Amino acid sequence: MSIEELSIDPGLAAPPRKSPLRRLLKDPQALITSALLLVIIVLGLLTPWIAPHEPNEAQLNAINAVPGTPGYPLGADQNGRDIASRLLHSINTSIIAGLIGASVALIIGVTFGLIGGYFGRRLRSATEWVFSLIMTFPGLLLLIILMPVTKGDYRATMLIFGVLLSPGIYRIVRNLVIGVKNELYVDAARVSGLSNLRILSRHVLFVVRGPIIIAAAFLAGSAISLQSGLAFLGVGSNLVPSFGAMIADGFTNLYVDPTQFIWPSVLLGTLTASLVLLGNSLRDAFEGAKLKPSKLATPHVQAQRRDAGEARSDELLSVEGLVIAYPAPSGQLNEVVKGVTLSLRAGETLGLVGESGSGKTQTAFSILGVLPPEAVVVRGTIHLEGRNLLGLKERELRELRGREIAYIPQEPMSNLDPSYTVGAQLVEGIRASARMSGTDAKARVLALLERVGIQNPQRTFDSYPHQISGGMAQRVLIAGAVASRPKLLIADEPTTALDVTVQAEILDLIRDLQAELNMAVLLVTHNFGVVADICDRIAVMQNGQVVESGTALELFHEPKHPYTQMLLGSILDEHTVRTDPPAPVAAVVGERN
Amino acid sequence: MTTPLLDVTDLRVAFAGRGFRAKAIEVLHGVSLSIGEGETLGVVGESGSGKTTIGRAVLGLVKPSGGSIRFQGADITHASPKDRRTLSKDIQVVFQDPYTSLNPSLTIGDTLSEPLVVQGARASEARARVQTLLDQVGLPRDAAQRLPREFSGGQRQRVAIARALAPKPKLIVCDEPVSALDLSTQARVMDLFIDIQRRTGVAYLFVSHDLAVVRHISHRVSVVYKGDIVETGSADAVTSTPEHPYTQKLLLAAPIADPMEQEKRRAERHRMAELHREQNVQAGVA
Repeated sequence: MSIEELSIDPGLAAPPRKSPLRRLLKDPQALITSALLLVIIVLGLLTPWIAPHEPNEAQLNAINAVPGTPGYPLGADQNGRDIASRLLHSINTSIIAGLIGASVALIIGVTFGLIGGYFGRRLRSATEWVFSLIMTFPGLLLLIILMPVTKGDYRATMLIFGVLLSPGIYRIVRNLVIGVKNELYVDAARVSGLSNLRILSRHVLFVVRGPIIIAAAFLAGSAISLQSGLAFLGVGSNLVPSFGAMIADGFTNLYVDPTQFIWPSVLLGTLTASLVLLGNSLRDAFEGAKLKPSKLATPHVQAQRRDAGEARSDELLSVEGLVIAYPAPSGQLNEVVKGVTLSLRAGETLGLVGESGSGKTQTAFSILGVLPPEAVVVRGTIHLEGRNLLGLKERELRELRGREIAYIPQEPMSNLDPSYTVGAQLVEGIRASARMSGTDAKARVLALLERVGIQNPQRTFDSYPHQISGGMAQRVLIAGAVASRPKLLIADEPTTALDVTVQAEILDLIRDLQAELNMAVLLVTHNFGVVADICDRIAVMQNGQVVESGTALELFHEPKHPYTQMLLGSILDEHTVRTDPPAPVAAVVGERN
Repeated sequence: MTTPLLDVTDLRVAFAGRGFRAKAIEVLHGVSLSIGEGETLGVVGESGSGKTTIGRAVLGLVKPSGGSIRFQGADITHASPKDRRTLSKDIQVVFQDPYTSLNPSLTIGDTLSEPLVVQGARASEARARVQTLLDQVGLPRDAAQRLPREFSGGQRQRVAIARALAPKPKLIVCDEPVSALDLSTQARVMDLFIDIQRRTGVAYLFVSHDLAVVRHISHRVSVVYKGDIVETGSADAVTSTPEHPYTQKLLLAAPIADPMEQEKRRAERHRMAELHREQNVQAGVA
């Protein structure tokens, strides 16, 4: 096949990409808070030009001047200092405090977080130990005790406070880096010959930047609050204009002139609240796009004809004209299953075959009644022994799922709870569907485990899921599924996650159990080998439709639909062996049998 | 006989056990293999057999605890990070999972040009090379400006192949590169691998659990079982008339996509299993 025939894949119309920044611009909370912050910062920067007085300039005739006094727009305090000027100067103090605190915490926390997360175990435990030690220091107390060292300079205090804040950032960054470090693209970057520094800056830091930006906003807020708090307590130089000092002054003068207390409080509150709310918006913008795990619910059935499509008596399961849709963001319904009709007799195996996105799993899930809540069954009926499953209540469905319909999943391990023993989980399942005592249930589980080919049932019964292999876990789940002697077993890619030797054994087991219990099996798979091994009949699905169905023999030997022919043609058959010699024929080396 | 491109002799790899002073767990117990220029060696085995570890040791992502790896005659078993950086021009990788092997926040163009820029190419050269690479793997030219999440699994795997081809390597370690893909995509990506090999003369160390995939793409095949290579030979010999009992078991376990043939194979597998059981019983008695 030439490169032209390999073709450029169709359907590459690019969906519009939303950057976090653009999402941020659409968020009113982010817009308002950043506008407020911007105004406050600009006022601070313009202070030398717009402030009418120096912050510590005292005028005896201005003591407790009321707002509106000429030259004193917001009045003056008990020392005759202009409140408006002091407010403007305090903005700068706060912003410098916030910047120093946040950047020291970020620089230390991010640097050591990257080092501790990326490099070996020894370096990690060393950094871990140091940061745990920093965390144990009582922050506020330490800052007050160190006053002689900092000589009351709030900038030196903020420097120390930044160090005290850094463990939080260190923890965030280290955990993110440990997660990212094992991603294959970091391995790929190492193989590409990139230096550790470049991998850290470009591949690791770039990916983990979101939470760091968010944390920065909160850090700046807490640094500003702490600086004001210390100033309020009177710790540090009282020559530095600061919201804290102003609030303290206003507080002592509360009965003479309450407004003196209000101005700095309002401005400080606005500043810190804006930072915290902006941090929240940043979090939404960077992390809000994550998919939420959805709860299972009875699907919403839009229309149904209860009378129509009565199942014929010889059919155990009959699905007719099933249409399943999901609401698109535009509000329209997006059909993923477009009129599927299937039928299954007792004791028969039907293979539902298709590629990813063909709707095969959606169809299987609709029979189990476990579609996600946003799914809509637009049309169609699903009859099990003449009873329409669509429109049953969740309670009735649950009863049905335990007894008549059983299910085997693709990932056996993720379907076992790691914190309970295998036996406890099976006993719980059995007692939920049939009333029996604990001892009876345990005896039944041991018998079932033996039946599904587990060598030492008692040991497996007492094991936790992580102590057994994937193949064993699948046997355990099969034991649980057939415990209630179901009429229908739905197996969703039951062997895809297993090794081929284990796959063969599991398929043998399903075949034996099917004959023993006269159970119908609906097998969802993409593997034609599995289908050929176990299925009596096959339905091939493409884009939500069954394009061809028939007996296994017919379908494999005389496929009629072009899509089936294409799929069968893609199978790497038994006889094609690569025959062309290694590429530069002259350079053939090594012994060749 | 000239020196092979890659020559692995008696390779051992052990991982540190969990806990304080825990015993190391050896996952490769002395594996030897060699690959010639432009050749594909298929390495087939089940999960936990150590097949992926062989590839990772060649790439320098795990440290061997014994044996030697020679590339073009030079010993690279314990290559320094600096030597590794030079080697990265010659040895590249395509991983199994196309979803995690591309950095989600870099555009395809950045991902592809990064190794070139690191190796000292100018930005304009790198950009031109990226276009050639995209053509080579059958992706549209505007793909360079897109992010990985805008592509399907098969397309992402093409990007990963393009990244591996970027520095014109002599050997690509392919770790289950088609296992996560749909059937029809799988066939097309395998054809792409073969096509690229014919045109560029690159050699592949092709690791897979699927005998059919390995048969399709390999000149020679090695079978790994519990950290040892149990059988090596031409693809035809190993995958149709295997000698080692484990390879036979592997072959019989793989279902054929034909109900009649598969029934025969299943019967054969049951007969073999029965035979082994009897042998075990006799051995136990004796």
